Amino acid sequence: MVDYGMVGLKVGIEIHQQLDTKHKLFCYCPTTHREVEESNFEFFRYLRLKKSEIGEEDRAAKEEVERSRRFIYKYYDTTCLVEADEEPPRELNKEALQIAIQVAKMLNMEVADEVHVMRKIVIDGSNTTGFQRTALVALDGFLEVEGKRVRVATLCLEEEACRKVREGEGFAVYSLDRLGIPLVEIGTEPDIDSPEMAKKVAAKLGMILRSTGKVKRGLGTIRQDVNISIKDGARVEIKGVQELDILDKIVEYEVIRQLRLLEIREELKKRGAEVTDEIFDVTEVFRNTKSKIIRNKTVNAILLKGFAGLVGKEIQPGRRLGTEFADIAKSFGLGGIFHTDELPAYGISGEEVERLREFVGAGGEDAVVMAAGDAVRVERALKRIIERAKFCLVGVPEETRKANEDGTTSYLRPLPGAARMYPETDVPPVVITEEMLKVEIPELIEERAKRYEELLPRDLAWEMANSPHFRLFEEYVEKLQPTVVARVLHTAPAYLRKDGVDIGRLREKHFRMVLDLIADGKMAKEGAEEALKILAENPSASGEEVLKKLGSAEDVDEFIRKLVEERADFVRERGEGAFKPLMGLVMKEFRGKVDGKVVAEKLRKAIEEKISGIS
Amino acid sequence: MPENLDGKRVRIKAKGRIFEGIVMPSFTGNLVLKLDSGYNIGFREYELVEVLEEEKFGAELVKLEKKEGLPEVKIISTGGTIASKVDYRTGAVTSQFTAEEIASEVPELTEICNVDAELLYNILSENMKPKNWVELARHVYGALKKYDGVIITHGTDTMHYSSAALSFMLSTPKPVVFVGAQRSSDRPSSDAAMNLLCAAKAAIEDLGEVVVTMHGSTSDDFCYVHRGVKVRKNHTSRRDAFQSVNAKPIARIDYPSLNVEWLSWRFRRDERKPKLMDRLEERVALIKFFPGLDSEIMEYYHSKGYRGFVIEGTGLGHVSTDWIETLKRVCEDSIVVMTSQCLWGRICDRVYDTGRDLLNAGVIEGEDMLPEVALIKLMWLLGNYSLDEAKEMVRRNVVGEIEPTTQY
Repeated sequence: MVDYGMVGLKVGIEIHQQLDTKHKLFCYCPTTHREVEESNFEFFRYLRLKKSEIGEEDRAAKEEVERSRRFIYKYYDTTCLVEADEEPPRELNKEALQIAIQVAKMLNMEVADEVHVMRKIVIDGSNTTGFQRTALVALDGFLEVEGKRVRVATLCLEEEACRKVREGEGFAVYSLDRLGIPLVEIGTEPDIDSPEMAKKVAAKLGMILRSTGKVKRGLGTIRQDVNISIKDGARVEIKGVQELDILDKIVEYEVIRQLRLLEIREELKKRGAEVTDEIFDVTEVFRNTKSKIIRNKTVNAILLKGFAGLVGKEIQPGRRLGTEFADIAKSFGLGGIFHTDELPAYGISGEEVERLREFVGAGGEDAVVMAAGDAVRVERALKRIIERAKFCLVGVPEETRKANEDGTTSYLRPLPGAARMYPETDVPPVVITEEMLKVEIPELIEERAKRYEELLPRDLAWEMANSPHFRLFEEYVEKLQPTVVARVLHTAPAYLRKDGVDIGRLREKHFRMVLDLIADGKMAKEGAEEALKILAENPSASGEEVLKKLGSAEDVDEFIRKLVEERADFVRERGEGAFKPLMGLVMKEFRGKVDGKVVAEKLRKAIEEKISGIS
Repeated sequence: MPENLDGKRVRIKAKGRIFEGIVMPSFTGNLVLKLDSGYNIGFREYELVEVLEEEKFGAELVKLEKKEGLPEVKIISTGGTIASKVDYRTGAVTSQFTAEEIASEVPELTEICNVDAELLYNILSENMKPKNWVELARHVYGALKKYDGVIITHGTDTMHYSSAALSFMLSTPKPVVFVGAQRSSDRPSSDAAMNLLCAAKAAIEDLGEVVVTMHGSTSDDFCYVHRGVKVRKNHTSRRDAFQSVNAKPIARIDYPSLNVEWLSWRFRRDERKPKLMDRLEERVALIKFFPGLDSEIMEYYHSKGYRGFVIEGTGLGHVSTDWIETLKRVCEDSIVVMTSQCLWGRICDRVYDTGRDLLNAGVIEGEDMLPEVALIKLMWLLGNYSLDEAKEMVRRNVVGEIEPTTQY
C-alpha cells in the first residue's frame, strides 16, 4: 500500500461535460448523435503545423504533424459547412454561455468581464480546423467535498471534437456529428491528495453539473482528465476517463508507474547506462525471417546500453517499459516495437536475435529495441523512442496519456504548452452583462434527494432527485402516492431498459399520459411498465390506444357484464359467495393491467345488481 | 488606458487578486490580457500594478536556398488570405506575410522549383483596382524574361478579375499562375500550402497562359488549373469555390503526388511570343439587369463619358423592352455587350422578339463569356483599339474567353 502523503501525491481534475443545447456552439446544427452508417458524404484533409501568434511552435502539435496522416471525415444531414471547415463559425451560442455562467456561479467562481474565443491547436485531426475553439469564462472558485475545500481554477466553454471512428497506418476516420457540441471544461487546482478523494471530487462535480438540468447524459457525454504528480516525478495528464468508477484506480496506477520509473532510473544510474543516437538498418538481418510481422519490411534498431531486463520490467499491471516505447511507435502509425527482453518470440528466432545483437554491438547488459514497417515512419518513431529512452535516466517525462479501460494508461503525446493558443478572430468577444449574471442557481441534486427522503426510501429518493423527470415527480406527488410516481418515472423505465426496450423514445408527454391514466383510475399502477412499453414502441399512441392494448377499464366492465350474465345461475345460487371464484377469473384476464381494487368494486356491484334483479 | 500597453507584459489587480499576462489589442475599451495559460480574457475594472517587459513578436525569416537544375519561379505576392496572419490592431485576419515567408512555411516548394519572392502589394483583393492590374502585368512581363514561370498569390474575392485582366494584357510564352486560399494560412487546415504546391507544379509545366490554380474539391485530393478567362469564384467560403464556367479546366493536379492530367486544349510553353498591351479604359460599366430596373442607370454612365457597357441580362440575354430606345442611342457611339446572369450557357438574342430588338438596337451578343470577363475584355479593347476594331474583336475569341461550342 502506497502512503500517498509520503509520495507527495497531487491530483487535479478536469471535467468535460457536454451541454444539452438546441444548437452547436458555433453553428445552428442540432447536437444529435448519429450512427456512422447514416453518413451521406465523406471528405479528407491533411493538417499542417502553423506558428502561433507568438511565433513558437507547440511541441505537442509538432509531434502530431510529424506523424503526418490523412484525416477522413464523415458528414451527415445534421452537420453543415461550419463543421467541415468550409464556412466561418457563427457567433458564440448564448444558450451555452448562459449555462456556463450558471455552473460558474454554482462553483463560487468569478465570471470574466469579457469572454474571448481562442483557437487551441490540436492537430490529431479531431478538429477539421486543426484547432479547438475554447473560451475562458470564469476563474477562482471552489467546491467542498466532505468538509475539504478543493479550489476550482478555471471554467472554459469549448467545442467538442470529432468522434474517432477508427484509424490505421497513415489515416484516421472521424465522425462530424459530435464536433461543435458545446461543453464546459472545469479544472480544479491540484488540491486532491488521494485516489478516493479524486473520485469523490469528480462525482460531486458531475452532480453539480447535472443539477442544472441542462447537460447531456449517457456514456461519452462526460469525460474526466486527471493531472497527477508525485514528488520527484512529473506532471502527467491522463485524458478521457469515461467511467467514474475507475478514477481512483487510474490515480493509483499512475503513482505506481511513476515510482517504478524512478526505480528504473536509479538502477540505470547504478549500471552507468547510456542510449546511443544511432539508428541501425537491420533489415538485412531479417532477410529470411520466418516472422510474418517483420517479413518484407524495413527493420531498424536502436541500442540501449545497460537496459537489459529493464525494458521488460512491469510498471503498471500488464504494462512494461517496452509498452511505453510501443505506444510511441503506434502513435507514428506502426504496429509496435520488439525488444530483446522479450525475444526470441513472434517468429523471430534466437539465432536472428544473436545476429541482431552482433550487428548493433550489444552486450549482455544491453537491450535492443527495433521497429518494422514503412521506412520513414520507422525512423521517425525510433528517433522519438531514443529521446524517450534517454529520459529514463532523468526520470518521469511530462506527458499526456490516454486512459485505458482497466485503469492503466498509454502514452499519447507530450504535454502541450501555452503557445498553442491564438485568438479566434472570426468570432467577436462577448461582453458579459449584468443581465447575464442574473442567473438562477438551481437546487443541488443532493439537497433535493434529502427532501425526497421524506417521501421515498433512501436509494429511490436519490434516483428520483437525479432523474431528469424530477419536476414531474414533484407535480404528481400532489395527486398520487410518491412510490407510484417513482415507479412510473424511474423503476418501470429502468426495468424496461434492462429488458432491451428503447426507452430513449419516451418523452415527458408519455410519462404524463401514464400518470394521468393512473390518477384518473383508468389504469392500475401495475399497468405502468406495460403502458410505457407500448408507448416506447408506438410513441404516437393516444391514451385510448394504450388502454385498448392494455385491456382497458371499459373492457373490464364488458368482461364482468358478460361473465355475470353467463354465470347468472351460479350467482343467484351462491349470492355474495360467488365473488371469490369470479374475481379469480377476472384477475386472470386483467392482472397487471387494471387495479385489483377497481375490479373488485366493479364485480361486487355487478353481483349485487344481479342478485337484486336489476339486470 | 493611459498609455498604449499592447504587447507588454503587465501585472494587474482585478477580481480580488493579481493577474499577469500580455496586453492584447481591445475593441471594447476593456483591458484584454493573454494569460500564461494561453487564454485571452477581458477586464472591465482593474488596477495596473506593474509593467514588466516588452514581449517581442514575429518569427525569423528563413533564407531560401537555390538548388541546381530546378526551374526558376518567381512568386509575386499581392496579399490576401494565402498570406494572412492575425492582425493585433484589429484582431482580424489580414495580409502581412511576404511571399518569402510563404515559401518558408511550405518547404516542399523548394523541391519543385527555386523560388524568388517579391511583395508587390499587401492589399485585400476587394481593394484591387484596374491600375493595380496594369502594374501587376508589367511586373509579370518583366519576370517572364528571367523566370520559367510566375506565381501570383492573390486574395480570392477578385482573383478571377485579375486573372482575366492579365490574360488580355499579357501574351505569355510561360505559365502565369494565380493562386489563393479560402482558409487563412495561419490555421493548420489552410488550403494555402496545397494550392501553392499545385500552383508551383503548374508554373513549371508545358503551359503558356494565365491560369488560376485552386482546390478542385472539398478534400485535399487535387487542384484544378483553370483558364484565367473562364474561371469564377462561385462560392463564398468553400475551398473548391473556383470553377471553370462554360469550359473544362485545363488540367487537374493530384495531391500530394503532383501528377498532372491535361483535360482540355491549352497554349503550350513558347507557343506565343511575349507581348504586353497594358492600357485599360476604366470607364466601362457592368450593369446587372433586374425586373423593374430603369434604363436611366445606363444614361447616367453614358453622360459621364462611359463608352463600354456589359449588361448582365436575364436568360438567353435580355433586358426589358423599355430599354430599347436608350440602347439605340447609346450604341451609336459605344459598345454594349450582352451577357447572362445565368452564367452557364451562351447568349442568343435571336429566339425572342426582345432579343431581336436588342440586336437591331446594336447590342452585341457576348457568346459564352462570363460578365466579368466581358467587362475586362471591353476595358482592354477600348484601351488599345479603335471603337470599330473593338466592336469587331469583342465578338471574336482572343485568348480563350470564347469557346466555339458549348459542351456539357
